[in-house]
Amino acid sequence: MNKKIATILLLASATGLAACSKKPPETLPPVAGPTSVPTTDSTLTQPGVPAIGTQAHFGAAVGASTTIYFDTDSYDVDSQDAATLQAQAQYFARYPQITFTIEGHADERGTREYNIALGEKRATSAKAYLTSLGVDANRIAVVSYGKESPVALASNEAAWAQNRRAASVIIN
Amino acid sequence: MTKKLPLLLCAAMLASPLGAQDLGAPIGSEQPVERVQVEGDDGPLRGTVTDESAWSDIGIAIPAFATDRDRPTPANEAGTGALGREISRVITANLRNNGLFKPVGPDALPQPGFPQITAPVYDTWSGKGAEMLVQGYVRARDDGKLVVGCYLYDVALKNQLVREGWVVAPGDWRRAAHKCSDLIFSRLTGESPFFDSRIAYIAETGPKDRRVKRLAVMDSDGANHRFLTLGSATALTPRYSPDYSKILYLSYVDGNPRIYVYDIGTGKQTLVTENRAPTIAPRWAPDGRHILYAMGIAGNTDIYRIPATGGTATKLTDNPGIDVGGSYSPDGTKIVFESDRSGTQQCYVMDADGKNQKRISFFGGRCATPEWSPRGDQIAFTRIAGDFNIGVMNTGGGGMRVLTNGWQDEAPTWAPNGRIIQFFRTEKNTGRSGIWQVDLTGQNERRLPTPVDASDPAWGPIRP
Repeated sequence: MNKKIATILLLASATGLAACSKKPPETLPPVAGPTSVPTTDSTLTQPGVPAIGTQAHFGAAVGASTTIYFDTDSYDVDSQDAATLQAQAQYFARYPQITFTIEGHADERGTREYNIALGEKRATSAKAYLTSLGVDANRIAVVSYGKESPVALASNEAAWAQNRRAASVIIN
Repeated sequence: MTKKLPLLLCAAMLASPLGAQDLGAPIGSEQPVERVQVEGDDGPLRGTVTDESAWSDIGIAIPAFATDRDRPTPANEAGTGALGREISRVITANLRNNGLFKPVGPDALPQPGFPQITAPVYDTWSGKGAEMLVQGYVRARDDGKLVVGCYLYDVALKNQLVREGWVVAPGDWRRAAHKCSDLIFSRLTGESPFFDSRIAYIAETGPKDRRVKRLAVMDSDGANHRFLTLGSATALTPRYSPDYSKILYLSYVDGNPRIYVYDIGTGKQTLVTENRAPTIAPRWAPDGRHILYAMGIAGNTDIYRIPATGGTATKLTDNPGIDVGGSYSPDGTKIVFESDRSGTQQCYVMDADGKNQKRISFFGGRCATPEWSPRGDQIAFTRIAGDFNIGVMNTGGGGMRVLTNGWQDEAPTWAPNGRIIQFFRTEKNTGRSGIWQVDLTGQNERRLPTPVDASDPAWGPIRP
């Protein structure tokens, strides 16, 4: 391995470690309504209020709208998803220093490889919509987990609907 | 929950500051088994038994293999005599567990002495209702290696049908038992062998929302199990190379789904292609010289081919739908793959260069994860019609048959002889999974024993 690559690896590794040390809390604060979008940054200095650049801050600002949901086999952004992504776009416009990942997921009722491709398509749809609202594409990473990371664990329509999703996650 | 994989990745980085790693200690490269001449009478050979209903009822006696002299061996702490009994047990389990025969093993039979191995006392065995007799011996050589002889006799005709011998290192004694099983199976059925082969798969532990998925390998009967990755990153969809020197698989070790080429001998791995895009669904060409994979560019997944040694990738499909999971015909001229270009997942065949793409599945439901049989005449796939089941069809899409009836049976892989299909079955709600196998009749289905839950089996070829 040449020295340049080793340096890059060290830097990449250090970045990774830094990310680990600033990971968001395991449990997010209670979801607040859209009216809780902060109107001034002074609120952020109060104790117990999540800091800018954390998933908790993002979640508090956009409410439940960190995630959009899809119909079976679909990767289309429907009107409800569009409203959700508009709230996200406003947040990302307000905090232009923040970068984030869109994680695409599928429900368990699909084959493994197809579901990774489908999750990629879903996350990319969400990214394209955010980009169309003015969010710089370079701020958005995309990753698909297919059916490997469900949030709802039952095997029924309600659980599958929750798992067919694209979640925006702040990169620290 | 959404942070699970990145957090796992962080753990990997902490363990290994110089780049993400999730690899365990290497297990060593594949060694061929040496064949040797074994003594015995060359009796007249009989015609091959090919009728399935007939040979499944053949009574086969498999008494303990004898030894010329009970000697210590690293293969068995009680010596070569005890090892001979173990070899007979492995052969008996092989023939019984696959629903092929109804063998009687060494624990219910008298033990022949060493001189009787080449001169069986036929009356003993005909008196027990045995039609076929498998005898053999184990001899420890002075260099520590083991010579295993394997003999198949027709009890009624009182003659020898076939014999063969192998020299194995003590650690490879089970391979001699598998070679003997293959010899018997092939002689009695006229089919190609399959027992002396290995399976790569994904070992799964933990709750449904925090599943740990590790790359693992085992023999065709579940023995000699090894984990190849540590579990800090999710591993999926392995495929053995045709010469068993490498495994292709998907890992999230750098945070994204990417295909790696894992070298079994050195325990090191490389990316299949240096690209920022996600790569999934790795497959070997039959000659091991090319690799197929699917790659998502701007969200759209197509199938690519790249030389196994690296170099320039060729795009084989170019379609706004999801194209994924190519599997070569055994002669390397065609590829079957799945695509949702028609609206749902269906199976298509194309030439190896991507030309003449043609849908072949028109039987209702969906067709996913197609795998071309090593015999060339059938394609196995995941049939989605409500539940997920394993189906087979001919290479034109006709003659479709559904072989299983689980809630979610997925991802078929063929035995080296194209007679048995393994797949993984996932339980409703719990998400627990196991590897199952079924033969082409659909009659003989069983779960493979694995130390933990298991998915994504990939059956390798007959070992050298």
